[in-house]
Amino acid sequence: MKPPAFEYHAPTTVEEACALLGSLEDAKVLAGGQSLVPLLNFRLARPPHLVDINRISGLDGIYERNGGIAVQALVRQSAVEDSELVSRVCPLLSAAVRLVAHRVIRNRGTVCGSLAHADPASELPAVLLVLGGHVIARSTRGDRIIAADQLFTSVMETTLAPDELLVEAWFPSPAGPFAIVEESRRHGDFALAGVVRAADRLALFGVAATPVLADSADPTRGLQPSGDLEATPEFRLHLVRALTERVFAA
Amino acid sequence: MKVNGVVHPAPGDPRRLLSDHLRHELGLTGTHVGCEHGVCGCCTVLFDGMPVRSCLMLAVQAEGHEVTTIEGLAADGAPLHPVQQAFHECHALQCGFCTPGFVMSVVGLLAQHPSPTEEQVGEGIAGNLCRCTGYASIRRAVHRAGELSRK
Repeated sequence: MKPPAFEYHAPTTVEEACALLGSLEDAKVLAGGQSLVPLLNFRLARPPHLVDINRISGLDGIYERNGGIAVQALVRQSAVEDSELVSRVCPLLSAAVRLVAHRVIRNRGTVCGSLAHADPASELPAVLLVLGGHVIARSTRGDRIIAADQLFTSVMETTLAPDELLVEAWFPSPAGPFAIVEESRRHGDFALAGVVRAADRLALFGVAATPVLADSADPTRGLQPSGDLEATPEFRLHLVRALTERVFAA
Repeated sequence: MKVNGVVHPAPGDPRRLLSDHLRHELGLTGTHVGCEHGVCGCCTVLFDGMPVRSCLMLAVQAEGHEVTTIEGLAADGAPLHPVQQAFHECHALQCGFCTPGFVMSVVGLLAQHPSPTEEQVGEGIAGNLCRCTGYASIRRAVHRAGELSRK
């Protein structure tokens, strides 16, 4: 048995899920599970309760809303990848989601789950940030809209409260040319560094504790990326400069 | 849950992974377990027809759904599934450990792209690791499987 013991809850409505999150101590939401289950298998996470939202119906819609794309909590990344609506309204999101892991992972992984998980090397949080999008957090206390620049606080940490369920993310259409590029050791791996552009806005990922907005004229200003076995801080800074040139050449 | 067309009782322990449930409870040891964190692709199965990592799902999540494992592609004694046949013809395996995962991923790839380009083949098998073949024969097998499936 790999994951540590937990109590398993499988609500069938959003209301039921929010009631569970509001009453249970240290519950964790299980959506696609492509990041959470590895953490459980390694026992890096030991939540006493798992609230599996996969049995909730009507939570897998992709809509056009206010000049952007709204993606509900159970929309798989592969569904966004294949969506003609997304490629028409927010083609940056279509391009970005193709960089997320591999197709087999995207068949299960969700867009909203990637945002709530908030891995600093993940593409989708940086896309939400560069586009100035938001998420809707629901709890028994009501709905709360959290702007992208207010959502990500640190490595895998967000301003979502423990009783809140991220029910929807909204990605506005890019207001001009856009591009996302990243460098990773192997196709589908987490990026050593990545850069995403929407019109004159630029966001970086994989180089700080959260995705960060950057100045296109001086993208590494104030940046202090960490080093690891795969890349030194200097190499990450070099990548940011090189990738920034590339997104503006695209 | 239904596995390879047969209905099985619900898993007992919620923390049992689908991969372990298939192997230990149902005896379907064709689904291999390598890295157990979603990197190697050995444990890939079809979940309602779409390839997924069985090591990244809880068995209880498969309740009410259909799972197809490598054992479900062709019955004993029956002709091989076109993807299996192609892997056999093209020598797309040596030790065979990664093969069930590759085959299930390729079944999903060909459902999405019946005549995949070289780039789509590369993208389609990128989530599976093979330490024997160097992938060239696997790429050939994917194209051959496409041919056999279209016949």
